[in-house]
Amino acid sequence: MAGAAGYAETMPLPPLPESAIALAAHASDWRQAVEVAGSALERSGATLHSYTARMVEMIDEFGAYIVIAPGLALAHARPGPDVLADGLSVVTLVEPVAFGHPHNDPVGVVIGLAVATPDAHVTSVAELANIFNDPGAIPALAEAATVADVQRIMSAGKEEAER
Amino acid sequence: MKIVAICGAGIGTSAILKVNAERVLDRLDIEADVTASDVASVRTTAADAQVILTSPELVDAIGATNADVVVIDNYFDLSELEAKLEAALG
Repeated sequence: MAGAAGYAETMPLPPLPESAIALAAHASDWRQAVEVAGSALERSGATLHSYTARMVEMIDEFGAYIVIAPGLALAHARPGPDVLADGLSVVTLVEPVAFGHPHNDPVGVVIGLAVATPDAHVTSVAELANIFNDPGAIPALAEAATVADVQRIMSAGKEEAER
Repeated sequence: MKIVAICGAGIGTSAILKVNAERVLDRLDIEADVTASDVASVRTTAADAQVILTSPELVDAIGATNADVVVIDNYFDLSELEAKLEAALG
C-alpha cells in the first residue's frame, strides 16, 4: 500500500499542450476563472463545452472544496461523454479571485482536469501531489511568464517519481 | 484501521488526499487502508472507518458520523496532514 510501491502505481498526467495554457487571464469571479480553465481544455481538444458547465456545477453543488491549497483550485467534474480525451489545463490570473474557501482564498492558479474513466482520474490526479508537495510550485506557476515555464513546472512530478 | 478521503465527486481531490495520507502514514509507520470516496456515498464507504479526511467545505455535507472527521486545509502540506492524523489516531 503506502510507500515506494504506491508511488509507482500513479499514472502520468495528461499532456499539457500550449493550447491548454492561459497565462495572465482576466476573470472577475470564480465562475469566470473556472470557465477559462474549461475553455483551455476545449481548445486542446480534451472536452466539449458541457464539461466546462459541469465543472462549475460541482462548485455550485459542493462549495469551494476544489481549492485544495492556498491560491490553487483544481477544477474538474466526473468523467462523461463530453470528455473526448484525458486533458489538463493551467490558468494563471492577473487578479486572483475568491472561491469562498475559509483558508485558501484568493486563487491565482486554476488547474483544469478531465479524464475519460474514473480509474485514470484517481491515478493521474495523485500524480499532481508529486508536483505540488513542493511548496514553491504554486507561487512559481502564478508568476510563470511563458508557456515553457508552466510546462517545466508541471513536469516536475515526473522527475520526483523517477528519483 | 480504515481511513476514507472524501470529496465532491469521489474521483478528484480525494485522490490527492489519499496519496498524501498514505505517505504520511508510511512515515508514521501506521498500517491503514486509505480509500477515496464521495460525499454522496459517505454513509456506506465510511460506515466502518475510523477517520474521514476532507475539506472544510464538505464537513456539513458529511453530517453526523462515528468516525473522526479530520479537516485538511492544504492538501499538499504533509506536516499539516501528519499533525492532524497523529492527533486523530494517537
